[in-house]
Amino acid sequence: MSRHAFNLRRFWAIVVKEFIQMRRDRLTFAMMVGIPLIQLILFGYAINADPKHLPTAVLSADNSIFSRTLVWALQNSDYFHIVRQSGSEEEIRTLLARGNVQFVVHIPEDFSRRLLRGEQPSLLLEADATDPMATGYALSALDTLVNSAFDRDLIGPLSRLRVRPGPVELRTHRHYNPENITQYNIVPGLMGVVLTMTMVIITALAITRERERGTMENLLSTPVHPGEVMIGKIIPYILVGYIQVTLILAAARFLFHVPMMGSLPLLLGVILLFISATLTVGITFSTATRNQLQAVQMAFFFFLPNILLSGFMFPFRGMPSWAQWIGEALPLTHFLRIARGILLKGNGPREIAPELWPIALFMVLMLTIGIKRYRQTLD
Amino acid sequence: MSGEELVIDVRGVTKRFSGRAVVNDIAMQVRRGEIYGFLGPNGSGKTTFLRMLCGLLTPDAGEGVCLGFDFRTESAEIKKHVGYMTQRFSFYEDLSIEENLDFVARIYGIPRRKEAVNRSLETLGLVPRRRQLAGVLSGGWKQRLALAACLIHEPRLLLLDEPTAGVDPKARRDFWQEIHRLAAEGLTVLITTHYMDEAERCHRLAYIAYGNLLARGTVAEVVRSAQLTTYEVTGPNLWELAAKLRGAAGIEQVVAFGTTLHVSGRDAAAMDESIAPWRVGGWQWQPVASGLEDVFISLMDRAKDNFS
Repeated sequence: MSRHAFNLRRFWAIVVKEFIQMRRDRLTFAMMVGIPLIQLILFGYAINADPKHLPTAVLSADNSIFSRTLVWALQNSDYFHIVRQSGSEEEIRTLLARGNVQFVVHIPEDFSRRLLRGEQPSLLLEADATDPMATGYALSALDTLVNSAFDRDLIGPLSRLRVRPGPVELRTHRHYNPENITQYNIVPGLMGVVLTMTMVIITALAITRERERGTMENLLSTPVHPGEVMIGKIIPYILVGYIQVTLILAAARFLFHVPMMGSLPLLLGVILLFISATLTVGITFSTATRNQLQAVQMAFFFFLPNILLSGFMFPFRGMPSWAQWIGEALPLTHFLRIARGILLKGNGPREIAPELWPIALFMVLMLTIGIKRYRQTLD
Repeated sequence: MSGEELVIDVRGVTKRFSGRAVVNDIAMQVRRGEIYGFLGPNGSGKTTFLRMLCGLLTPDAGEGVCLGFDFRTESAEIKKHVGYMTQRFSFYEDLSIEENLDFVARIYGIPRRKEAVNRSLETLGLVPRRRQLAGVLSGGWKQRLALAACLIHEPRLLLLDEPTAGVDPKARRDFWQEIHRLAAEGLTVLITTHYMDEAERCHRLAYIAYGNLLARGTVAEVVRSAQLTTYEVTGPNLWELAAKLRGAAGIEQVVAFGTTLHVSGRDAAAMDESIAPWRVGGWQWQPVASGLEDVFISLMDRAKDNFS
């Protein structure tokens, strides 16, 4: 088949048509705006990786100033919410088994006596550790809490019982997100997740729909070039992508007060590359599917590793190396680092460059497969 | 055929789907300004052949030219001058009539596009409906829109794939009127159909079954080449007579036509022998000219024996 050059006029015909169709398809358009909003609300307001006020039962056999101080300190740390202070061993065990409490603190009978004697009494903490994420932060908080809680009471002659500082003093600076606010991490990442989800589905549908409705036969019988069809179909969705980005960035700024340390134009520029890379996935999928249902299924198949292995929900470095390798191949992984880098760390072009080329490479590969597989005939 | 410009001139065209020849070694010559009817039962390869002509399918074998371009290598050029109307409505149902025409006009890069679209709307009487979505149109209007869209770039060859399926008789007549007008202006039309009355409106015909071309020529030529003898029988209890005649030597078809029976076959001598006992008993036997339908059914039955 003789190659005829890319023609702007025909390309524009496709763009105009796609815009009209998009305008008519209100449901899809509403979905494309609705998905980021719903995800923002769910992820932004509902998810917290640093849970506090966990229900705790205290079983104290020792009624002394020290045990009261301990309870007070637990309560004060914000991590523990004391819901029970007495009860039988059996009762408490039931509470833990039923999940009514996350922690049970046992203060033994001779706690204050042994403390005063300097015998290093033991405290027993039972935790419902089925969900490690839920207990992790509280447990590590408890560690320091127990050692410093009694400082207030160990005065005068008792001050010798205070914990002596170790040979090294550790100082920690939590950079970029000192208060450990989950939203700072989630909301910029959400931008990439929403784009991945909607862009892949929407482009895969746009091309498969032509085939399913029989309009592809007509389109192929005209002189239109595959490149004109593909790029013409992509343009309107790039615009939709930017609408989504604007929504999320506005929410990040005004609802979640996510800092914007870096350059917004730089971020918007990177987003263009990321959207394009994601759209090529949709196009490639559409060449392999016969109907819209298959297209949606494939899009979800792609979405799953993206959300799990990109570092959006779980720490990237916590994954085994094979999972990290898969993660590295996904454009979302790199985009997340860039988006978080620009917004939270104030990264510039130099810092994000190592994350840019994998996205570009991915795009070139996908586009090549897509164009190779795109059939200009019905064979 | 000499001296006249051949718009389609292809030979040996073959297309196989998973090893099975759907179009088998077909040759076709169509002259400029001709309305060429392409007939055959469902699944006989008509659509596949049309799709190969306009570059939608790649032929496995064959050579020739379409509109002066090599139909195997220059389909990009051919596409610019062909209007292809698909069997199923294949314009955008979520676009209005006008937007559909406008889209096609843009794709073909028609100069003074708005004018061309308006002209096309007027010619086909679609002006009052221009803002209606194509999806809500009835079959007849959809067909008009499809035809208008296929003609907007003033093609030199029109490929119509069962254009009148599901269209009422009045709309069909108007449609054929339009086709004849276009042909008179020099447009070449290749049209597939199942309707015999439409076949008779074509200048020339080709009959294809199971991928093989079985007959071609003018209606008269096709009928003559089939060498079919047909009798018209009138008289009492035709239904019983029909049952007795079926399967008799030399008799291929026994078809009821209102109050008469059409009996036909190729072997005239064998037929006469089989008929002889029934010439008495109140039945009148009248030799008549075979119709196109008789011929096609005969051709199809023979094809079944040969190729299945």
